[in-house]
Amino acid sequence: MLFDEMKILLQHGKQFIPDVTKPQLPGPYKGRPEISANKVDEQALTALCPTGAIGTGPVSIDMGKCVMCGECSFTFPNKIKFTADYKIATNVRERLIVKEGDVNPITLDENKIRAEIRSLFGRSLKLREISAAGSNADEQELNACGNPNFDMGRFGIEFLASPRHCDGIVITGPISENMAEAVQVCYDAVPDPKIIILVGSDAISGGIFAGSGALNRSFLDKYPIDLYVPGNPPHPLTFVNGILEMIRKKKN
Amino acid sequence: MLKVFSWPFNLYPFNMETLIVTEPNYASIKNQESICLSKIPILSYGKFYTEVVNFMKEPQVHCVNYYGYSDGEKVKFICCLADDNTSNIKVFSHEIQKKEKMQLTSMTREAYALHIYEREISENFGVEFIYSPWSKPVRYAFNRADRTKVINNYPFYKIQSEELHEVGVGPIHAGVIEPGHFRFLCNGETVLHLEIQLGWQHRGIEDLFLKKPALIQRTVLSESIAGDTAVGHAVTFAGIMESLAGISIQDRLSIERTIGLELERIAMHIGDLSNICIGLAYQLGASVFGALRTPTINYSQLWCGNRFGKGLIRVGGSHYPLNNSLIESLEKFLNNFEGRFVTMAEKMFSLSSVLMRMENIGTVSKTQMQLIGAVGMSARMTGIERDLRKSHPIGAYQKLKYAPVLDVTNGDVWARAALRRKEIIASIDYIRNLISQLKANDETSNKPVSEGSLKLMPNSLCVSMTEGWRGEICHCAVTNDQGKIHHYKIKDPSVHNWMALALSLRDLEISDFPINNKSYNLSYCGHDL
Repeated sequence: MLFDEMKILLQHGKQFIPDVTKPQLPGPYKGRPEISANKVDEQALTALCPTGAIGTGPVSIDMGKCVMCGECSFTFPNKIKFTADYKIATNVRERLIVKEGDVNPITLDENKIRAEIRSLFGRSLKLREISAAGSNADEQELNACGNPNFDMGRFGIEFLASPRHCDGIVITGPISENMAEAVQVCYDAVPDPKIIILVGSDAISGGIFAGSGALNRSFLDKYPIDLYVPGNPPHPLTFVNGILEMIRKKKN
Repeated sequence: MLKVFSWPFNLYPFNMETLIVTEPNYASIKNQESICLSKIPILSYGKFYTEVVNFMKEPQVHCVNYYGYSDGEKVKFICCLADDNTSNIKVFSHEIQKKEKMQLTSMTREAYALHIYEREISENFGVEFIYSPWSKPVRYAFNRADRTKVINNYPFYKIQSEELHEVGVGPIHAGVIEPGHFRFLCNGETVLHLEIQLGWQHRGIEDLFLKKPALIQRTVLSESIAGDTAVGHAVTFAGIMESLAGISIQDRLSIERTIGLELERIAMHIGDLSNICIGLAYQLGASVFGALRTPTINYSQLWCGNRFGKGLIRVGGSHYPLNNSLIESLEKFLNNFEGRFVTMAEKMFSLSSVLMRMENIGTVSKTQMQLIGAVGMSARMTGIERDLRKSHPIGAYQKLKYAPVLDVTNGDVWARAALRRKEIIASIDYIRNLISQLKANDETSNKPVSEGSLKLMPNSLCVSMTEGWRGEICHCAVTNDQGKIHHYKIKDPSVHNWMALALSLRDLEISDFPINNKSYNLSYCGHDL
C-alpha cells in the first residue's frame, strides 16, 4: 500500500521552478516583439492585425491590444519577430507599445509604483480575481500560478474568496455590460489601499472583443491601474514576475 | 408525387405506400457539408412542429441546433436534427413575418431538449412560445428583444414556505472561475431545487463574427468562444469556412488537427481530475494530476507557442506543421505521461475514502439525460451512445475509427471521474495511431489560405460539428447572395449540459455542490457567447 504512494511521489519528483525569474520558454512562444528598421508596405502590415494593434510612423505594436496570433510575423518575418521574453508586465500603459528599434525589456516605472504597495504588500499580497467575461484561458493561467510548478504562494501571493480579505482585484476579460455592476461592487468591498491589475489583452483593451455592444468598460476610466499583464492568455511567469517586480525592490 | 392509378387497392401485389414518393420535408446533409438555401424546404409551422417533434421521439435523433435569424422583414428558422445511426443531419426550416406580437406553439412540452433553443429565440426576437413551460431568460444578450429586463434583477424561482431557505452564489464565485449565479432552494441541508442563471459572460460574439469580417479576426474570435476549448471551436469554424469555400484539406492537416483536439481533451480531463481531487480533499491526487497537466499544455506551447493551442488551427493549412522532431517529443511526452497517470489513477480509484465521496453522489439517469438532450461526456456517463467522433466523423476520425468509451454508466460523480480516466487512455492510444499514420504520410504541409483567395458559396447553409472535450460543438453559417456571411450561430455543448448539473443537485446535500460542479466543469462563456 505505502509502496504505491512512494512510487507516485518518486515519479512526481520536485515540480517547482526554483527561480521563477530565470526559466526559458521552449517552442515558438510569443513574448515581447522586436521590430526591425526594414522597409515594408505599412498599409498591408497594419491591415493584417485582427485587433488594430499595429501602428505606423514609426511602426509599433501595442501589446495591450495584441492577441499574439503572429500573423504579422508570418507575413513580414524580417520586420517583426516575437522573442520568448515573457517579462512584459508594466504599470504604464504606454510602455506596452513596442516601437521600431526597441530591444530593451519592458519594465515597471519605479516612480509610479505607489509607496504603500511596496511597504505593505512586499511579503504578502492577497488578491480577488474577477472574471468579467474572461474566456477561461486567462483564469486557468492565473490558477496555474498557484500550482506546484509556479507556486506563487511561496512569495505570499494568493487568490482569496472574499474581497474584504484582499488587497486588490485582478480583472480578466473585456468586462461585459452584465458584469459591470458586479465588478464595481467587488472593488468597493476591498479595503484601502486597493490595487487593480488587468490580466490579458481582453481586459487591457477589449482585445478581439473591442467595439462589441455587449461591453461596458466604464469602470476602467474611474481608477488608476497598478499593473498591466498582457497576453492571450498571459503565461503564468508573466503574471508572477510582474507582481514580484511591483511589490519588491530589485535586489541589485 | 407519383400518380396512383384508380385501380382497386387490393389488386396491388405489394404495399402501395412504398411506391409513393413524397417531397421530403427537410434537406439532408452530412457534417461540414454546405447546402444551397433554396434546397431547404420552408414548412408551415404546423408541419414543422409535427415533423420535428416526431423525429425527436427517436432515441438516435437529437437536435444539434435550432435558431432564428433576421432576414429583411422575416425571421427565418433553421432546425438541425442529427441522426446518429445514419450520420445524416436533417435540416428543417420555417419563417414568420416580423411584427409586434409574434407567437408560436411551444414544442418543449413534447420534446423537452428543445427548451433552450426556444428560450433563446424568445429572448432574442421577442417570439412568445405558447404553452412553453417556462420561458426563462438564457443570457440577457445585449441585442435582446426586451432591453427593459436586466440580468441583475432576474426574479429567481421561489417556493413559499417558512421551512425553506435560499442560498445564492454568484455571479462572482469563491474561486478563480467564470461568473454565473446559482440559487439553491434548500430544506435544511438538502437541496430541493438548484436554479442556474447565466449571462454575465455575454460578449456578443455571434454579432462580432459579422462586425469583424476579416478571416484572421473570425479565427481569433472562434478561439476565444471558450478559451478552454480553443482548438475545438477553431476546428469547427475552420470546417465551415473550408466547406463553404470548397477547400478540401490535406490528410496530414486533418491528422494534425485531430491530434490537437485529443491533446486538448487530455489536458482538460487531467485538469478536471485534479480539481475533483481538490473537491474531495485528496491532496496527492490534486498535486500529481495538476502537475501532469503542465507537460500536456506545455507540449501545446512547444508545438504552436500557446499553452491552449491558440494559433494552431488556421483555415486551409497550418503555420505549425508537426515535424519529425515534434512527433518525437510528442511520443516521449505520451510515454512519460501515461506511466505516471496510470499509477496515480489506479491509486485514486482504489481508495475507499475517495470512492465514498464520489459514488452515488449527484446521480442522474439515462432517461433524464436523453430528455434534456445532454451531449458529450455528460451523456456518455449515463450510457447514452453519443459521440460525434463515431456518429458524424470527419477527416481523420473517418479514416481511423474511434471507439467511444461506453462502459461507465452510473451517472454519478464517480462515473464522470472514471469516464475521464478512461477517455484519457483512449485518447493516448488514438494519438499513437494517428502518429503512425502521420509518419506514413509524405505530404508537404500547406500554409493557411489568404483572405483574398477565400470565396464562399452564396446563399448557402453550412453545419459543422466537432466532438470537443466537453461534447458536441456545433456552428452554423448562412451566406447571402454575395457570398458574405449573413448569420453565424455558435452552440457550445454546455448549453445542454448545465441542466444536468441542476438535476444532479436534487435531494443532495448542498455541501456536495462543489464536487458536482467540478465533475461537470461546464463552460460559462461558451453558453453566454
